[in-house]
Amino acid sequence: MFTLRSRIAVLALICLFAPAAGAQNAGAGLEVGRKMLLEDNPGELWIDRGKRIFHEKRGPKKASLEQCDFGMGPGNLKGATARLPRYFADTDKVEDLDSRIVTCMVTLQGSDREQVKKSAIGRPLTDGSDIEAIAMYVASHSNGMKMDVRLDHPKEREMYKAGEYLFFRRSGQTDFGCVTCHGQPDKRIRLQDLVNMLDKKQIQAVAGSWPAYRGAHGISRTMQWRLYDCFWQMRLPELAYLSDVSIALSTYLNYQGNGAVVKVPGFKR
Amino acid sequence: MAEPMRIRATLQGDVADVRILMRHPMETGQRKNPKGEIIPVHFIQSVVVTHNGKTVFDAQWSQAISRDPFLGLRIKGAKAGDKVSVTWTDNKGDKRTDEATVAASS
Amino acid sequence: MNRSRRRVLELGGGVAALGAAAAAGLIPAGAAAAAWNKPGFESKAAADAIKSLGASGMTESRDIAITAPDIAENGAVVPIAVTSRIPNTESISILAEKNPFPLAATFDIAPGTEGYASVRIKMGQTSHVRAVVKAGGKFYTASKEVKVTVGGCG
Repeated sequence: MFTLRSRIAVLALICLFAPAAGAQNAGAGLEVGRKMLLEDNPGELWIDRGKRIFHEKRGPKKASLEQCDFGMGPGNLKGATARLPRYFADTDKVEDLDSRIVTCMVTLQGSDREQVKKSAIGRPLTDGSDIEAIAMYVASHSNGMKMDVRLDHPKEREMYKAGEYLFFRRSGQTDFGCVTCHGQPDKRIRLQDLVNMLDKKQIQAVAGSWPAYRGAHGISRTMQWRLYDCFWQMRLPELAYLSDVSIALSTYLNYQGNGAVVKVPGFKR
Repeated sequence: MAEPMRIRATLQGDVADVRILMRHPMETGQRKNPKGEIIPVHFIQSVVVTHNGKTVFDAQWSQAISRDPFLGLRIKGAKAGDKVSVTWTDNKGDKRTDEATVAASS
Repeated sequence: MNRSRRRVLELGGGVAALGAAAAAGLIPAGAAAAAWNKPGFESKAAADAIKSLGASGMTESRDIAITAPDIAENGAVVPIAVTSRIPNTESISILAEKNPFPLAATFDIAPGTEGYASVRIKMGQTSHVRAVVKAGGKFYTASKEVKVTVGGCG
Protein backbone atom coordinates (compact mmCIF):
# COMPACT_ATOMS: atom_id res chain seq x y z
CA MET A 1 0.00 0.00 0.00
CA PHE A 2 1.07 3.63 -0.07
CA THR A 3 3.96 4.53 2.17
CA LEU A 4 3.72 7.56 4.41
CA ARG A 5 6.27 9.29 2.23
CA SER A 6 4.33 8.73 -0.98
CA ARG A 7 1.06 9.81 0.67
CA ILE A 8 2.63 13.05 1.79
CA ALA A 9 4.22 13.53 -1.60
CA VAL A 10 0.77 13.20 -3.17
CA LEU A 11 -0.65 15.69 -0.67
CA ALA A 12 2.17 18.08 -1.43
CA LEU A 13 1.45 17.79 -5.14
CA ILE A 14 -2.23 18.47 -4.55
CA CYS A 15 -1.32 21.53 -2.48
CA LEU A 16 1.05 22.85 -5.07
CA PHE A 17 -1.10 22.26 -8.09
CA ALA A 18 -4.64 22.82 -6.78
CA PRO A 19 -6.39 25.18 -9.19
CA ALA A 20 -6.47 28.75 -7.92
CA ALA A 21 -10.19 29.27 -8.53
CA GLY A 22 -11.09 26.22 -6.47
CA ALA A 23 -9.07 27.49 -3.55
CA GLN A 24 -11.12 30.63 -3.04
CA ASN A 25 -14.47 28.94 -3.73
CA ALA A 26 -13.87 26.43 -0.96
CA GLY A 27 -14.47 29.38 1.35
CA ALA A 28 -17.80 30.48 -0.11
CA GLY A 29 -19.82 27.46 1.04
CA LEU A 30 -18.14 27.60 4.43
CA GLU A 31 -18.39 31.34 5.16
CA VAL A 32 -21.87 31.21 6.72
CA GLY A 33 -20.72 28.65 9.27
CA ARG A 34 -17.44 30.38 10.06
CA LYS A 35 -19.18 33.69 10.65
CA MET A 36 -21.81 32.16 12.96
CA LEU A 37 -19.17 30.36 15.03
CA LEU A 38 -16.90 33.38 15.33
CA GLU A 39 -19.76 35.66 16.42
CA ASP A 40 -20.53 33.50 19.45
CA ASN A 41 -17.28 31.80 20.28
CA PRO A 42 -17.00 29.29 23.15
CA GLY A 43 -13.39 30.50 23.43
CA GLU A 44 -14.77 33.46 25.38
CA LEU A 45 -15.41 31.05 28.23
CA TRP A 46 -11.66 30.48 28.33
CA ILE A 47 -11.18 34.19 29.02
CA ASP A 48 -13.32 33.65 32.11
CA ARG A 49 -11.58 30.41 33.01
CA GLY A 50 -8.17 32.02 32.53
CA LYS A 51 -9.18 34.99 34.67
CA ARG A 52 -10.08 32.69 37.56
CA ILE A 53 -6.84 30.74 37.34
CA PHE A 54 -4.76 33.92 36.89
CA HIS A 55 -6.03 35.42 40.13
CA GLU A 56 -5.84 32.25 42.23
CA LYS A 57 -3.05 31.84 44.77
CA ARG A 58 -1.21 28.77 43.56
CA GLY A 59 2.07 26.89 43.78
CA PRO A 60 4.49 26.48 46.68
CA LYS A 61 4.61 30.26 47.11
CA LYS A 62 0.80 30.48 47.15
CA ALA A 63 0.82 33.49 44.89
CA SER A 64 -1.33 34.64 42.00
CA LEU A 65 0.01 35.79 38.63
CA GLU A 66 -1.18 39.33 39.25
CA GLN A 67 2.37 40.68 39.51
CA CYS A 68 3.51 39.04 36.28
CA ASP A 69 5.25 41.39 33.90
CA PHE A 70 4.18 40.74 30.30
CA GLY A 71 6.26 43.67 29.07
CA MET A 72 4.13 46.59 30.19
CA GLY A 73 5.19 46.38 33.82
CA PRO A 74 4.08 44.01 36.60
CA GLY A 75 0.31 43.66 36.70
CA ASN A 76 -0.31 45.69 33.56
CA LEU A 77 -2.02 43.49 30.97
CA LYS A 78 -3.43 46.11 28.64
CA GLY A 79 -1.79 45.94 25.21
CA ALA A 80 0.86 43.50 26.46
CA THR A 81 0.39 40.62 24.02
CA ALA A 82 0.22 42.97 21.03
CA ARG A 83 3.95 43.51 21.62
CA LEU A 84 4.96 39.87 22.02
CA PRO A 85 7.39 38.24 21.50
CA ARG A 86 9.87 40.65 23.07
CA TYR A 87 13.07 40.74 25.08
CA PHE A 88 12.81 40.53 28.88
CA ALA A 89 15.75 41.70 30.99
CA ASP A 90 14.86 39.49 33.97
CA THR A 91 15.39 36.31 31.93
CA ASP A 92 17.72 37.86 29.34
CA LYS A 93 15.64 36.16 26.65
CA VAL A 94 13.10 36.89 23.98
CA GLU A 95 9.83 35.44 25.24
CA ASP A 96 6.38 34.88 23.78
CA LEU A 97 3.08 34.71 25.69
CA ASP A 98 3.38 31.05 26.71
CA SER A 99 6.98 31.52 27.75
CA ARG A 100 6.17 34.52 29.91
CA ILE A 101 3.33 32.70 31.68
CA VAL A 102 5.71 29.86 32.48
CA THR A 103 8.39 32.30 33.70
CA CYS A 104 5.89 33.83 36.10
CA MET A 105 4.54 30.47 37.28
CA VAL A 106 8.11 29.60 38.22
CA THR A 107 9.30 32.90 39.69
CA LEU A 108 6.09 34.14 41.31
CA GLN A 109 4.43 30.87 42.25
CA GLY A 110 7.48 28.66 42.79
CA SER A 111 6.29 25.96 40.39
CA ASP A 112 8.71 23.50 38.82
CA ARG A 113 9.55 24.61 35.29
CA GLU A 114 9.70 21.14 33.73
CA GLN A 115 6.43 20.09 35.36
CA VAL A 116 4.71 23.22 34.10
CA LYS A 117 6.02 22.72 30.57
CA LYS A 118 4.90 19.09 30.53
CA SER A 119 1.28 20.01 31.13
CA ALA A 120 1.29 23.15 28.99
CA ILE A 121 -0.47 21.75 25.94
CA GLY A 122 -3.86 20.36 26.86
CA ARG A 123 -5.42 17.18 25.57
CA PRO A 124 -8.29 17.65 23.13
CA LEU A 125 -11.83 17.32 24.48
CA THR A 126 -10.80 18.03 28.08
CA ASP A 127 -10.76 21.35 29.95
CA GLY A 128 -7.37 22.08 28.38
CA SER A 129 -4.31 23.34 30.21
CA ASP A 130 -4.12 26.21 32.67
CA ILE A 131 -1.62 27.98 30.43
CA GLU A 132 -4.00 27.84 27.47
CA ALA A 133 -6.71 29.47 29.57
CA ILE A 134 -4.41 32.09 31.10
CA ALA A 135 -3.08 32.95 27.63
CA MET A 136 -6.61 33.63 26.39
CA TYR A 137 -7.32 35.88 29.37
CA VAL A 138 -4.10 37.85 29.08
CA ALA A 139 -4.42 38.21 25.29
CA SER A 140 -7.98 39.52 25.60
CA HIS A 141 -6.51 42.67 27.17
CA SER A 142 -5.07 43.56 23.77
CA ASN A 143 -8.36 43.23 21.93
CA GLY A 144 -8.95 46.09 19.53
CA MET A 145 -5.29 47.11 19.54
CA LYS A 146 -2.86 46.76 16.66
CA MET A 147 -0.05 44.23 16.76
CA ASP A 148 3.19 46.08 17.29
CA VAL A 149 6.17 43.75 17.63
CA ARG A 150 9.42 45.70 17.76
CA LEU A 151 12.96 44.65 17.00
CA ASP A 152 14.75 47.18 19.24
CA HIS A 153 16.95 44.76 21.15
CA PRO A 154 19.76 42.77 19.44
CA LYS A 155 18.26 39.50 20.70
CA GLU A 156 14.89 40.41 19.15
CA ARG A 157 16.61 41.05 15.83
CA GLU A 158 18.48 37.77 16.19
CA MET A 159 15.24 35.85 16.80
CA TYR A 160 13.59 37.56 13.85
CA LYS A 161 16.43 36.63 11.50
CA ALA A 162 16.45 33.05 12.73
CA GLY A 163 12.68 32.86 12.30
CA GLU A 164 12.88 34.18 8.77
CA TYR A 165 15.54 31.63 7.90
CA LEU A 166 13.48 28.82 9.44
CA PHE A 167 10.34 29.89 7.62
CA PHE A 168 11.99 29.39 4.27
CA ARG A 169 14.12 26.39 5.12
CA ARG A 170 12.97 23.05 3.73
CA SER A 171 14.04 19.98 5.65
CA GLY A 172 13.12 16.55 6.90
CA GLN A 173 11.86 13.49 5.09
CA THR A 174 9.17 15.50 3.30
CA ASP A 175 11.46 18.37 2.31
CA PHE A 176 8.83 20.78 3.64
CA GLY A 177 9.25 24.23 5.11
CA CYS A 178 6.62 26.66 6.35
CA VAL A 179 7.00 28.28 2.96
CA THR A 180 5.74 25.14 1.22
CA CYS A 181 2.19 25.67 2.49
CA HIS A 182 2.33 29.32 3.50
CA GLY A 183 4.51 30.96 0.91
CA GLN A 184 2.27 30.87 -2.16
CA PRO A 185 -1.07 32.38 -3.12
CA ASP A 186 -4.36 30.53 -3.53
CA LYS A 187 -3.49 27.20 -2.01
CA ARG A 188 -5.52 25.01 0.28
CA ILE A 189 -5.46 21.66 1.99
CA ARG A 190 -8.89 20.04 1.83
CA LEU A 191 -11.19 22.84 3.02
CA GLN A 192 -8.62 25.04 4.72
CA ASP A 193 -7.47 27.98 2.63
CA LEU A 194 -3.78 28.31 3.40
CA VAL A 195 -2.71 31.75 4.57
CA ASN A 196 0.00 33.15 2.33
CA MET A 197 2.31 34.56 5.01
CA LEU A 198 4.25 36.50 2.39
CA ASP A 199 1.12 38.53 1.60
CA LYS A 200 0.84 41.35 4.11
CA LYS A 201 -2.97 41.51 3.93
CA GLN A 202 -3.40 37.78 4.41
CA ILE A 203 -1.09 37.46 7.37
CA GLN A 204 -2.64 40.53 8.98
CA ALA A 205 -6.04 38.87 8.65
CA VAL A 206 -4.98 36.02 10.95
CA ALA A 207 -2.12 37.30 13.08
CA GLY A 208 -4.46 38.80 15.69
CA SER A 209 -6.55 35.66 16.07
CA TRP A 210 -4.35 33.73 18.49
CA PRO A 211 -5.00 32.28 21.05
CA ALA A 212 -8.00 30.65 19.41
CA TYR A 213 -10.73 28.14 20.25
CA ARG A 214 -10.08 25.03 18.23
CA GLY A 215 -13.55 23.58 17.59
CA ALA A 216 -12.37 20.03 17.00
CA HIS A 217 -10.45 20.05 20.30
CA GLY A 218 -12.95 22.05 22.32
CA ILE A 219 -10.24 24.10 24.01
CA SER A 220 -8.15 27.26 23.76
CA ARG A 221 -4.96 26.89 21.72
CA THR A 222 -1.93 29.15 21.57
CA MET A 223 0.67 29.87 18.89
CA GLN A 224 3.03 27.39 20.60
CA TRP A 225 0.50 24.63 19.89
CA ARG A 226 -0.07 25.83 16.33
CA LEU A 227 3.63 25.74 15.48
CA TYR A 228 4.00 22.35 17.19
CA ASP A 229 1.15 20.99 15.09
CA CYS A 230 2.60 22.41 11.85
CA PHE A 231 5.91 20.66 12.58
CA TRP A 232 3.99 17.43 13.16
CA GLN A 233 2.14 17.87 9.88
CA MET A 234 5.43 18.44 8.07
CA ARG A 235 6.79 15.27 9.69
CA LEU A 236 9.65 17.27 11.16
CA PRO A 237 11.13 16.40 14.56
CA GLU A 238 8.90 17.46 17.44
CA LEU A 239 8.97 21.20 18.06
CA ALA A 240 9.85 21.48 21.75
CA TYR A 241 7.63 23.72 23.84
CA LEU A 242 9.16 27.20 24.25
CA SER A 243 12.21 26.20 22.20
CA ASP A 244 14.33 28.85 20.49
CA VAL A 245 12.95 27.61 17.16
CA SER A 246 9.38 28.25 18.31
CA ILE A 247 10.20 31.73 19.64
CA ALA A 248 12.13 32.58 16.48
CA LEU A 249 9.24 31.62 14.22
CA SER A 250 6.74 33.47 16.44
CA THR A 251 8.90 36.59 16.37
CA TYR A 252 9.20 36.49 12.59
CA LEU A 253 5.50 35.77 11.98
CA ASN A 254 4.12 38.22 14.53
CA TYR A 255 6.36 40.98 13.18
CA GLN A 256 5.06 40.22 9.68
CA GLY A 257 1.57 40.53 11.15
CA ASN A 258 2.18 43.98 12.63
CA GLY A 259 -0.79 46.24 12.07
CA ALA A 260 -3.26 43.39 12.52
CA VAL A 261 -6.00 44.18 15.01
CA VAL A 262 -6.01 41.78 17.95
CA LYS A 263 -9.33 39.95 18.18
CA VAL A 264 -9.29 36.97 20.52
CA PRO A 265 -10.54 34.36 20.85
CA GLY A 266 -10.15 33.35 17.24
CA PHE A 267 -12.16 30.35 16.06
CA LYS A 268 -10.42 27.57 14.22
CA ARG A 269 -12.02 24.44 12.80
CA MET B 1 -18.76 23.06 40.21
CA ALA B 2 -20.15 24.06 36.82
CA GLU B 3 -18.43 27.02 35.21
CA PRO B 4 -20.43 30.21 34.68
CA MET B 5 -22.20 30.91 31.39
CA ARG B 6 -21.71 34.00 29.30
CA ILE B 7 -25.02 35.70 28.58
CA ARG B 8 -25.39 38.68 26.25
CA ALA B 9 -28.81 40.29 25.99
CA THR B 10 -29.02 43.31 23.68
CA LEU B 11 -32.06 45.27 22.68
CA GLN B 12 -32.94 45.50 18.99
CA GLY B 13 -36.04 47.66 18.95
CA ASP B 14 -38.20 45.95 21.56
CA VAL B 15 -36.68 42.52 21.01
CA ALA B 16 -33.94 41.26 23.31
CA ASP B 17 -31.39 39.32 21.28
CA VAL B 18 -30.12 36.79 23.81
CA ARG B 19 -26.94 34.78 23.25
CA ILE B 20 -25.72 32.22 25.76
CA LEU B 21 -22.44 30.31 25.86
CA MET B 22 -22.31 27.37 28.27
CA ARG B 23 -19.45 25.17 29.42
CA HIS B 24 -20.33 21.50 29.22
CA PRO B 25 -18.63 18.42 27.73
CA MET B 26 -21.88 17.18 26.09
CA GLU B 27 -20.48 13.65 25.98
CA THR B 28 -22.34 11.33 23.64
CA GLY B 29 -21.34 8.20 25.47
CA GLN B 30 -19.65 6.96 22.29
CA ARG B 31 -16.17 8.31 22.90
CA LYS B 32 -13.37 6.36 24.55
CA ASN B 33 -10.68 7.73 26.86
CA PRO B 34 -6.96 7.01 26.22
CA LYS B 35 -7.35 3.79 28.27
CA GLY B 36 -10.03 2.57 25.87
CA GLU B 37 -12.89 2.95 28.36
CA ILE B 38 -16.17 4.49 27.23
CA ILE B 39 -16.62 8.01 28.57
CA PRO B 40 -20.13 7.99 30.04
CA VAL B 41 -22.90 10.01 28.46
CA HIS B 42 -23.06 13.44 30.10
CA PHE B 43 -25.03 16.26 28.54
CA ILE B 44 -27.35 19.18 29.21
CA GLN B 45 -30.94 18.00 28.81
CA SER B 46 -32.79 21.17 29.66
CA VAL B 47 -32.28 24.90 29.32
CA VAL B 48 -34.94 27.20 30.70
CA VAL B 49 -34.88 30.94 30.06
CA THR B 50 -36.97 33.40 32.05
CA HIS B 51 -37.66 37.06 31.38
CA ASN B 52 -38.44 39.09 34.50
CA GLY B 53 -39.23 35.80 36.24
CA LYS B 54 -41.56 34.39 33.58
CA THR B 55 -40.50 31.31 31.59
CA VAL B 56 -40.27 32.32 27.93
CA PHE B 57 -38.17 29.56 26.39
CA ASP B 58 -37.72 25.93 27.33
CA ALA B 59 -35.18 23.84 25.43
CA GLN B 60 -34.86 20.07 25.59
CA TRP B 61 -31.58 18.81 24.20
CA SER B 62 -30.01 15.51 23.20
CA GLN B 63 -26.32 14.63 23.34
CA ALA B 64 -26.17 15.72 19.68
CA ILE B 65 -25.89 19.34 20.77
CA SER B 66 -22.25 20.40 20.47
CA ARG B 67 -19.72 20.60 23.27
CA ASP B 68 -19.66 23.97 25.06
CA PRO B 69 -23.12 24.64 23.73
CA PHE B 70 -24.49 27.90 22.42
CA LEU B 71 -28.11 29.01 22.53
CA GLY B 72 -29.57 32.04 20.75
CA LEU B 73 -33.13 33.25 21.22
CA ARG B 74 -35.18 36.45 20.90
CA ILE B 75 -37.57 37.80 23.49
CA LYS B 76 -40.23 40.28 22.37
CA GLY B 77 -41.48 43.16 24.47
CA ALA B 78 -38.21 43.64 26.32
CA LYS B 79 -36.81 46.83 27.84
CA ALA B 80 -33.35 47.83 28.94
CA GLY B 81 -32.80 46.70 32.52
CA ASP B 82 -35.04 43.62 32.23
CA LYS B 83 -33.70 40.48 33.90
CA VAL B 84 -32.94 37.38 31.85
CA SER B 85 -32.19 34.20 33.77
CA VAL B 86 -30.89 30.96 32.26
CA THR B 87 -30.87 27.57 33.99
CA TRP B 88 -29.41 24.43 32.52
CA THR B 89 -29.84 20.93 33.96
CA ASP B 90 -27.89 17.91 32.77
CA ASN B 91 -28.60 14.16 32.77
CA LYS B 92 -26.73 13.75 36.06
CA GLY B 93 -28.95 16.32 37.72
CA ASP B 94 -26.24 19.00 37.87
CA LYS B 95 -27.47 22.47 37.17
CA ARG B 96 -26.32 26.03 36.78
CA THR B 97 -28.21 29.34 36.78
CA ASP B 98 -26.83 32.63 35.55
CA GLU B 99 -28.47 35.99 35.03
CA ALA B 100 -28.01 38.97 32.81
CA THR B 101 -29.60 42.36 32.36
CA VAL B 102 -30.92 43.44 28.98
CA ALA B 103 -28.62 46.18 27.67
CA ALA B 104 -29.76 49.01 25.45
CA SER B 105 -28.56 48.75 21.85
CA SER B 106 -25.19 50.47 21.41
CA MET C 1 -33.70 24.86 46.39
CA ASN C 2 -36.86 23.25 47.79
CA ARG C 3 -36.22 19.92 49.49
CA SER C 4 -38.45 17.71 47.40
CA ARG C 5 -36.82 18.88 44.16
CA ARG C 6 -33.32 18.28 45.58
CA ARG C 7 -34.36 14.80 46.72
CA VAL C 8 -35.60 13.93 43.22
CA LEU C 9 -32.32 15.09 41.68
CA GLU C 10 -30.27 13.14 44.22
CA LEU C 11 -32.11 9.98 43.23
CA GLY C 12 -30.35 10.47 39.89
CA GLY C 13 -33.47 11.01 37.91
CA GLY C 14 -32.34 14.23 36.30
CA VAL C 15 -34.85 16.21 34.37
CA ALA C 16 -37.07 13.32 33.34
CA ALA C 17 -37.73 12.51 36.99
CA LEU C 18 -38.35 16.17 37.72
CA GLY C 19 -41.12 16.12 35.15
CA ALA C 20 -42.62 12.95 36.61
CA ALA C 21 -42.36 14.38 40.09
CA ALA C 22 -44.14 17.51 38.97
CA ALA C 23 -46.90 15.39 37.51
CA ALA C 24 -47.10 13.52 40.80
CA GLY C 25 -47.57 16.83 42.58
CA LEU C 26 -44.29 16.71 44.47
CA ILE C 27 -43.06 19.96 42.94
CA PRO C 28 -45.23 23.01 42.36
CA ALA C 29 -46.50 23.06 38.78
CA GLY C 30 -44.72 25.62 36.62
CA ALA C 31 -41.47 25.24 38.57
CA ALA C 32 -40.32 22.15 36.65
CA ALA C 33 -38.89 22.26 33.17
CA ALA C 34 -40.81 20.58 30.34
CA ALA C 35 -40.62 16.78 30.27
CA TRP C 36 -37.70 15.35 28.30
CA ASN C 37 -38.99 13.48 25.26
CA LYS C 38 -37.20 10.18 25.88
CA PRO C 39 -38.89 8.19 23.07
CA GLY C 40 -38.15 11.01 20.63
CA PHE C 41 -34.52 11.51 21.60
CA GLU C 42 -33.90 7.76 21.54
CA SER C 43 -35.50 7.19 18.14
CA LYS C 44 -33.07 5.90 15.57
CA ALA C 45 -35.21 6.91 12.61
CA ALA C 46 -36.23 10.48 11.88
CA ALA C 47 -39.79 9.32 11.12
CA ASP C 48 -40.13 7.83 14.60
CA ALA C 49 -38.79 10.96 16.25
CA ILE C 50 -41.24 13.05 14.23
CA LYS C 51 -44.05 10.70 15.28
CA SER C 52 -43.09 11.18 18.93
CA LEU C 53 -43.54 14.90 18.43
CA GLY C 54 -47.05 14.26 17.10
CA ALA C 55 -45.92 15.78 13.82
CA SER C 56 -46.44 12.95 11.36
CA GLY C 57 -48.94 15.05 9.41
CA MET C 58 -46.56 18.00 9.02
CA THR C 59 -46.66 20.09 5.84
CA GLU C 60 -43.77 21.77 4.04
CA SER C 61 -43.58 25.48 4.73
CA ARG C 62 -41.59 28.24 3.10
CA ASP C 63 -42.07 30.37 6.19
CA ILE C 64 -39.39 28.40 8.02
CA ALA C 65 -35.83 29.57 7.33
CA ILE C 66 -32.86 27.42 8.24
CA THR C 67 -29.57 29.31 8.48
CA ALA C 68 -26.72 26.85 8.29
CA PRO C 69 -23.54 26.44 6.26
CA ASP C 70 -23.75 24.56 2.95
CA ILE C 71 -20.55 22.83 4.05
CA ALA C 72 -19.61 22.34 7.69
CA GLU C 73 -15.87 22.04 8.07
CA ASN C 74 -16.20 20.33 11.42
CA GLY C 75 -19.10 17.96 11.96
CA ALA C 76 -18.75 18.34 15.73
CA VAL C 77 -19.84 21.99 15.73
CA VAL C 78 -22.39 22.77 13.02
CA PRO C 79 -24.26 26.05 13.58
CA ILE C 80 -27.99 25.87 12.87
CA ALA C 81 -30.47 28.71 13.30
CA VAL C 82 -34.18 28.27 12.65
CA THR C 83 -36.52 31.22 12.09
CA SER C 84 -40.25 30.55 11.88
CA ARG C 85 -42.43 33.31 10.47
CA ILE C 86 -45.55 31.21 11.05
CA PRO C 87 -47.85 33.02 13.52
CA ASN C 88 -48.27 31.47 16.98
CA THR C 89 -45.15 29.33 16.75
CA GLU C 90 -45.20 27.20 19.91
CA SER C 91 -42.21 24.94 19.35
CA ILE C 92 -39.28 24.28 17.04
CA SER C 93 -37.54 20.93 16.79
CA ILE C 94 -34.29 20.26 14.98
CA LEU C 95 -33.33 16.90 13.48
CA ALA C 96 -30.21 15.74 11.62
CA GLU C 97 -31.77 12.99 9.56
CA LYS C 98 -28.73 10.75 9.19
CA ASN C 99 -27.54 11.01 12.79
CA PRO C 100 -27.69 7.80 14.85
CA PHE C 101 -30.36 9.57 16.91
CA PRO C 102 -31.83 12.21 14.60
CA LEU C 103 -33.71 14.40 17.10
CA ALA C 104 -31.26 16.95 18.48
CA ALA C 105 -33.45 19.55 20.17
CA THR C 106 -36.96 20.78 20.86
CA PHE C 107 -37.57 24.39 21.86
CA ASP C 108 -40.86 25.28 23.56
CA ILE C 109 -41.56 28.92 22.93
CA ALA C 110 -43.90 31.01 25.07
CA PRO C 111 -46.26 33.45 23.35
CA GLY C 112 -44.41 36.75 23.05
CA THR C 113 -41.10 35.09 22.28
CA GLU C 114 -39.93 34.91 18.70
CA GLY C 115 -40.07 31.66 16.77
CA TYR C 116 -36.29 31.55 16.60
CA ALA C 117 -33.58 29.31 17.97
CA SER C 118 -29.87 29.07 17.25
CA VAL C 119 -27.65 26.22 18.37
CA ARG C 120 -24.71 24.10 17.24
CA ILE C 121 -25.20 20.40 16.60
CA LYS C 122 -23.02 17.38 15.95
CA MET C 123 -23.51 15.78 12.57
CA GLY C 124 -22.10 12.36 11.80
CA GLN C 125 -22.26 12.76 8.03
CA THR C 126 -23.73 14.85 5.22
CA SER C 127 -27.46 14.97 5.87
CA HIS C 128 -30.59 17.05 5.70
CA VAL C 129 -31.16 19.17 8.74
CA ARG C 130 -34.89 19.34 9.34
CA ALA C 131 -36.88 21.85 11.34
CA VAL C 132 -40.30 20.85 12.64
CA VAL C 133 -42.43 23.73 13.82
CA LYS C 134 -45.63 23.52 15.85
CA ALA C 135 -47.81 26.57 15.36
CA GLY C 136 -51.46 27.06 16.17
CA GLY C 137 -51.69 23.37 16.98
CA LYS C 138 -50.49 22.28 13.51
CA PHE C 139 -47.09 21.05 12.32
CA TYR C 140 -44.90 22.45 9.56
CA THR C 141 -41.47 21.57 8.27
CA ALA C 142 -38.52 22.63 6.13
CA SER C 143 -35.11 21.14 5.58
CA LYS C 144 -31.67 22.03 4.26
CA GLU C 145 -28.81 19.82 3.26
CA VAL C 146 -25.57 20.37 5.13
CA LYS C 147 -22.46 18.74 3.75
CA VAL C 148 -20.09 17.45 6.39
CA THR C 149 -16.44 16.76 5.79
CA VAL C 150 -13.26 16.79 7.82
CA GLY C 151 -11.14 19.84 7.25
CA GLY C 152 -7.43 19.84 6.42
CA CYS C 153 -4.61 21.31 8.47
CA GLY C 154 -5.26 23.97 11.10
